[in-house]
Amino acid sequence: MKASQPTPPKWAERLLCWYCRPAILEDLQGDLHEYFERNVKAKGVKRARLIYILDVIKFFRIYTVRKPEFINLLIHWIMLGSYIKTSGRNIVRNKLFSGINIIGLAISMSVGLLVIALVSDFRSYDDFHENKDRIYRVITAHQRQDGPPMNLATSSVLAGKRIKESVTGIEKVTLMRRGFGGDAKVGESVMPLSGIWADEAFFSIFTFPLIQGNPATALKDPYSLVLTETSARKLFGSENALGQSVKFDTINYIVTAVMKDIPRLSHMHFDVLVSFATVDLVKPDMDGGFMSWSNIYSNYTYILLPEHGDAQTVQASINKISTAENKALEDQRIDLNLQSLGEIPFNARLSNPIGLAMNGIALWILGGLAMIIIMSACFNYTNLSIARSLRRSREVGIRKVMGARKMHVLGQFIVEAVIIALLALLLSSGVFMLLRSSFLSMEPKLQTMLSLELSPRLVLQFMLLAITVGLLAGLPPAFFFARINIIKVLKDISSLQVFRHVNIRKALIVVQYTFSLIFITTTIIGYNQYKGLISYDLGFSTENIVNIKLAGGVKGDLLVKELKELPEVTDISRSLMVTSLGNIHGMQVKYKNDSSGVWLNLIDENYLPLHQHKFLAGRNLHAIAEGAEESEVVVNEQLLKRFDIAKRDPLKALGEELLVDTMRLTIVGVVKDFNYGTLESTIEPLIMRYASIQYYGNINLRVKTEDWPATFARINAIWQKLDKVHPMEAKFYSDQIQEAYNQFSVMVKVFGFLAFLAVCIASMGLLGMVVFATETRLKEVSIRKVLGASETKLVYMLSKGFIALLVIAACIALPATYFFFDKVVLVKFMYHPPMRVSELILGFFIVMLLALVMIGSQTLRAARTNPAEVLKNE
Amino acid sequence: MKGTNLGEFEEIVLLTIAALVNDAYSVAICDELEKNTGRSVKLGVVHAVLNRLEEKGLVKSKLGEATSTRGGKRKRFYSVTSSGKAALLKAREVREQLWNRIPDFILKGAS
Repeated sequence: MKASQPTPPKWAERLLCWYCRPAILEDLQGDLHEYFERNVKAKGVKRARLIYILDVIKFFRIYTVRKPEFINLLIHWIMLGSYIKTSGRNIVRNKLFSGINIIGLAISMSVGLLVIALVSDFRSYDDFHENKDRIYRVITAHQRQDGPPMNLATSSVLAGKRIKESVTGIEKVTLMRRGFGGDAKVGESVMPLSGIWADEAFFSIFTFPLIQGNPATALKDPYSLVLTETSARKLFGSENALGQSVKFDTINYIVTAVMKDIPRLSHMHFDVLVSFATVDLVKPDMDGGFMSWSNIYSNYTYILLPEHGDAQTVQASINKISTAENKALEDQRIDLNLQSLGEIPFNARLSNPIGLAMNGIALWILGGLAMIIIMSACFNYTNLSIARSLRRSREVGIRKVMGARKMHVLGQFIVEAVIIALLALLLSSGVFMLLRSSFLSMEPKLQTMLSLELSPRLVLQFMLLAITVGLLAGLPPAFFFARINIIKVLKDISSLQVFRHVNIRKALIVVQYTFSLIFITTTIIGYNQYKGLISYDLGFSTENIVNIKLAGGVKGDLLVKELKELPEVTDISRSLMVTSLGNIHGMQVKYKNDSSGVWLNLIDENYLPLHQHKFLAGRNLHAIAEGAEESEVVVNEQLLKRFDIAKRDPLKALGEELLVDTMRLTIVGVVKDFNYGTLESTIEPLIMRYASIQYYGNINLRVKTEDWPATFARINAIWQKLDKVHPMEAKFYSDQIQEAYNQFSVMVKVFGFLAFLAVCIASMGLLGMVVFATETRLKEVSIRKVLGASETKLVYMLSKGFIALLVIAACIALPATYFFFDKVVLVKFMYHPPMRVSELILGFFIVMLLALVMIGSQTLRAARTNPAEVLKNE
Repeated sequence: MKGTNLGEFEEIVLLTIAALVNDAYSVAICDELEKNTGRSVKLGVVHAVLNRLEEKGLVKSKLGEATSTRGGKRKRFYSVTSSGKAALLKAREVREQLWNRIPDFILKGAS
């Protein structure tokens, strides 16, 4: 056919080939082509093509369509045994390649398994509630005119009551309130317990089976108490708890029911439930305006829709309520939204959560990274399979001669890939088991949130992942082999164009190495930054300081007196809070006519010297006798700046007065700025006032000891003597700082692990390619050697191509990582150690070294082979 | 197999095949029909009829030689089988009989 002639659209021809019976195909093709030629002359190319397409579609008729060939499927079935057998032999024959493939797929899949297990755990949260699909929580979006929007899991009591009264299309509403807790007293024994208030609809919405008691009435009357099985056992041992009374503070509660323990995968956890009717009687106005529309901080509202109920219509009626109530508010807006029970565990951004939740975006990122790693391993498989196709193409040729169709060859190679993926799954399940415990121990919270236990459903999902991976990895080589031309293969194997897609493969190696480099440099920089964060000079000393949290049981004075006796304790002070951990206290302060919110810490006279705060001017606070008037305050530089006191001169600022609450406090000292919050936030104005810390707050000890466990035991013994109920919470300041930045440590660990995997996989892929490339060029190497090339020259010749690829990868990855940190990550921290280029270069060298070892070892082996051995075989 | 009775269009197609002798392939049959009957004939219809006639055993087909036209695809040439011939003759006989029974004056005047 002449090339210049117009041709009918290719895809339409292919469609025809696909559906048409072979017996009449040629004839039909010819006819349509003849008509096409005619139409080209009569109506132009475009119309002719259109008509051709329409004709192809019109000819889709019963008599033209090919019948599905059951025989083909049958052959597949019969041949399955043979495929498995040949696959097995191939796996055993090429141990290096199979090893690379299986190990690569296994370690990459282990991350995938972890992500699947994670997501599956979060998805099965609250599955034990029979009405899970119909339960919604009312959440609040609060927008002040001049502030960032705030989203809360809580809502106002008023909102809950309004919804209960006036919204139709809801089956049940329950109101709950957070913050119940204290020491439960039964006779002589005392036990700290915490829980929530809930009204009588609670048990009809949630499925928490009761062991004793009536679910309909258990939370009806005031002062009713529902215990979980564990808390009942703690309080009453093996005795019957029902009907007993438990005392919190001065109030007696009656146990009306005992419920089974809450499963781990529940979004809410509590030790006890107290009837909501009690709230009205006990302390309704504890945070001001119990029934106020804007008191959105303490209450939870859950609703149950009727079967086939519509959340949208309910949302619409709730919106009407908010609109009506918002009219009375100035400068702010409060909107209520419905959140389904299934979404709760994925949304960690709500304030006042009832339990722990995971950040949904973090899961997506983790999933995405796992995908990158799995794709990387799949690509290794594809690449290596095609690279060694020279050896297997003859087998395929003979199969085809014996009557195998394209489909059969495809089937064979896919079966082989799936078998390898399943073998890899066995290995990766083992890795997953190891990974699981170390993953959970990374962050203490995770242990309470997740089980990651294997269930039949999970195993099924794992298998699905393995099969998908097998298909993904196996399809490209399968298509490659299926298209092989028999005659070419059997006549002259070297004519096979193995290296047709060589540029694509080089590009993929570059991509693999780019990701490896990004991961590894991110880890190194992240680790250094994290180390920098926890050892950052905060502006005061945290060395050898132990903070003990006062839990309300012992009086601070007593404890301090006892602790002073210990020889190891050199200094002792008290404060409301431990700074630099992310907790913030604040209050309003007025200077002349200017008023502003500032940070606050309440301290005693020993606090500032103990922490070695630097005074720019003035002196420390004096101790005040109990009941005496407070008159002094210590401030930081930022406060002088904020109110522009004495032109920011610390010396002249002394003696100025601040109005705090209703008291006039004189500035007696100015300390150098230090990091009161975490390093993510800027340093803000701060005041420090004297207070006698007794039941709540912290005791700070400066300890000088060689034997910390013994000292700890002694401190603990003192605590135990004074408070038998609560366990002591004592921690090194430096450990507390480490905990405050734990999320970053988790990120570094995750990235470190991913970097390890990415580098492993990329290295194995590279190794495979180098082995193959040197093997195919062995003859060339031998001839060069005979002609006088030196070993170093040969190694250089063989490896320069690969090294060029690595350098390209580095040129992409290193600047990308640098900008990522410089522009995205580190801008979130107001204070951080500088990022060093040496960190990037270190990452590059690690990867390069690994790659060079691999390239070098293989090329050197090739260069050292005796040319006589190779050339003799010709 | 469906009834061996010839439909009207089937009969015309069969006659055309016979008339084209050695050159009866789908496109040619189409053209010939269009020329003789004056009505437009769709390839799809002819194709379906040819397929049906072959199923009934009234025509047989064989592939010709490949040529440079038709995208290099061979033509399928049809020829009338003996049972095809018999069916045609029978149809003609039926018509002749009917024609013979019509008195001359009935059709007089029609041109």
